[in-house]
Amino acid sequence: MADRHTSDRHTGDRRRDDKVTGHPLWELTAARLREFVREPAAVFWVFGFPLVLAIGLGIAFRNKPPERVKIAVDGRLPDAAEVAKRLSKGGRIDARVLPHARAERALERGEVGLVIAPPTAAPPKASAAPQGAKRAALSLSYRFDPSAPESQRIRLAVDDALQRAYGRVDVVAVVDVPMKKPGARYIDFLIPGLLGLNLMGSSMWGLGYSIVHARSHKLLKRYAATPMNRAHYLMSYALSRLVFLTAEVTILVVFGFLVFDVTLKGSVFALAGISLVGATSFAGISLLIASRPTTIEGVSGWMNFVMMPMWLLSGSFFSYERFPDALHLPIKLLPLTALNDALRAVMNEGRPLWATWPELCVMVGWGVGSFVIALKIFRWR
Amino acid sequence: MSEAALRCEGLVKRYPPDVVAVDGVDLEVRRGECMGLLGPNGAGKTTTVEILEGLTEPDAGVVEVLGQRWGAGDDRRLRGRIGVALQETRLSEKLTVYETVRLFRSFYGSGRHPDEVIEVLGLEEKRGAKVGKLSGGQRQRVALACALVSDPDVLFLDEPTTGLDPQARLRIWEVVEQYRAGGGTVLLTTHYMEEAARLCDRVTIIDHGRVIAVDSPERLVKSLGAEQIIEAELAEPAALELASIESLAGVSGASFDSETRRLTLRVVDIAQTLARVLAELERQKLVAETLRTHEATLEDVFVHHTGRGLRDG
Ligand SMILES: Nc1ncnc2c1ncn2[C@@H]1O[C@H](COP(=O)(O)OP(=O)(O)OP(=O)(O)O)[C@@H](O)[C@H]1O
Ligand SMILES: [Mg+2]
Repeated sequence: MADRHTSDRHTGDRRRDDKVTGHPLWELTAARLREFVREPAAVFWVFGFPLVLAIGLGIAFRNKPPERVKIAVDGRLPDAAEVAKRLSKGGRIDARVLPHARAERALERGEVGLVIAPPTAAPPKASAAPQGAKRAALSLSYRFDPSAPESQRIRLAVDDALQRAYGRVDVVAVVDVPMKKPGARYIDFLIPGLLGLNLMGSSMWGLGYSIVHARSHKLLKRYAATPMNRAHYLMSYALSRLVFLTAEVTILVVFGFLVFDVTLKGSVFALAGISLVGATSFAGISLLIASRPTTIEGVSGWMNFVMMPMWLLSGSFFSYERFPDALHLPIKLLPLTALNDALRAVMNEGRPLWATWPELCVMVGWGVGSFVIALKIFRWR
Repeated sequence: MSEAALRCEGLVKRYPPDVVAVDGVDLEVRRGECMGLLGPNGAGKTTTVEILEGLTEPDAGVVEVLGQRWGAGDDRRLRGRIGVALQETRLSEKLTVYETVRLFRSFYGSGRHPDEVIEVLGLEEKRGAKVGKLSGGQRQRVALACALVSDPDVLFLDEPTTGLDPQARLRIWEVVEQYRAGGGTVLLTTHYMEEAARLCDRVTIIDHGRVIAVDSPERLVKSLGAEQIIEAELAEPAALELASIESLAGVSGASFDSETRRLTLRVVDIAQTLARVLAELERQKLVAETLRTHEATLEDVFVHHTGRGLRDG
């Protein structure tokens, strides 16, 4: 055996070059995918949560038929039942007769917006009535809380309905035309915003968390001890993100279409291109954030620090036009704003991919810049 | 090609502000040899090994692995020829044993089939089990499988059997012996004397970042000038006159730790010497609470050099 010690032991037939595995990049990517799908919590937060958000917000802000105004008629009013009946006829008002005390309580609790009560003081003098009007058919009073935001609207609606019910004739003919066309509703605004938010969240967490996890478990160090091409390791994250990205975007877009009738006005190609650039950009940022921390707590703090301003400012839920003009430019330079704006341009306005070049530039800038710095300072141990 | 598989000279590694983890270590491991690094916690074993593995940059000193230096341009090729099991690596818990070994295999241009290595380590039953569901000993074996799957020329094992039950330890020993039978070189750190004595051709004893002794386990033990050890714990009051015990015929060395009241004697012939020692103790009016004798081991070598036990820290 002693002679074998000194010779190169790999001249024998023990070395076999049969390829038993695929390309390391593929193997790494496959490992990433497996790790992800075997983590049910991660799957939920990436795929389920955006749908839950979309459903919740979509329902909360859906275009429903104008809501019926709930009011009460004080039982002490002589004609209470008749008043309630006539008011409810138009279908816009839901009037119920309640005993005095109950009606007052309902008003206090906000269960009804207004109570029709017997007149408190003297009925309006005849001279106060519109000229030429007959003597009032009925006299009563409206009780409501003027500080409640809805109360003025309710008072107007109730008064309008009541006056008509008792014979007032409108002098101007009016037709209501509700704005309902897809592409301009809140849900149309919301779905691209959720898409952007989700691309940011899953790229950031998917990459940053796993990398720091691997570092804190000394797994990065173990990989560094192999001839693994380090670029392959980082690219495997990008590739696995690509797979999930496709699923994420498809699920949310199809869901928006089926449930809320949100249509994709631009091309699938443009949507795919923007999603890809956006996700890659956030992958770069995430790599930068994850390039040095050795603990999950550390990287979580940084993630939140970076994402929080974009949650607030980038117009995922509400347009950033609400912020002061001076802030618009800095806000537009945030990568999530660029992603949201580009997604909306394609989904809602049907713009082609090239028309979103300013946004694409912002995203590419962030992505490339972070990636280059990350490669320089990345810590393998 | 140089004779040495691993060689380092004057290795120094400092951790600011004031830790000198490795303080001038010289080491040479011949091809086909199994070298043990022995030392208490914090001695600098892991730091030394990781410098040799090319994972840590030394502050000073020269490192050669298979005749090549780290950073000389072909690190990846060199990494392809070494196998590494770090002291603490938590492999991905979501991957199965097979997937893990296969992933590591994919990093190397050549090597063994993952299933073959899994079988060698006796993990066939756990082939499809997630790493996160394995016991500590099984995880150690997976880590070893990942180190062996490339069929490396040099194997670095940092405490491969710490915390394992005797059977699991035996299994790993057998795997290492099998690897060596194929001509592989091993650098192994351990706290276990039996492990070093069984596996290693030579042992380097290291303490406070310095090499204290290098030799084969047998010769290190022999160098104590003793075959056997007598250990006695004395009852209070233990005002011992060490010199008169040391000068007894047959005693080649004595040490006394007044804190633990433990008297350690190295003797050549225990049968003849024991009676003399007991008589001397009686003369000094000392009572031995416990009395033990055993064959000298590497542990005694360590105590001899440092005055401390290997696991005392
Ligand atoms: N990253 C680090 N930063 C600061 N000090 C360190 C670092 N790594 C190791 N040390 C210190 O260097 C010394 C040697 O550590 P090392 O891990 O090499 O010891 P060891 O011999 O492997 O110990 P053990 O038997 O406990 O594994 C210790 O005092 C340790 O505290
Ligand atoms: Mg160690």
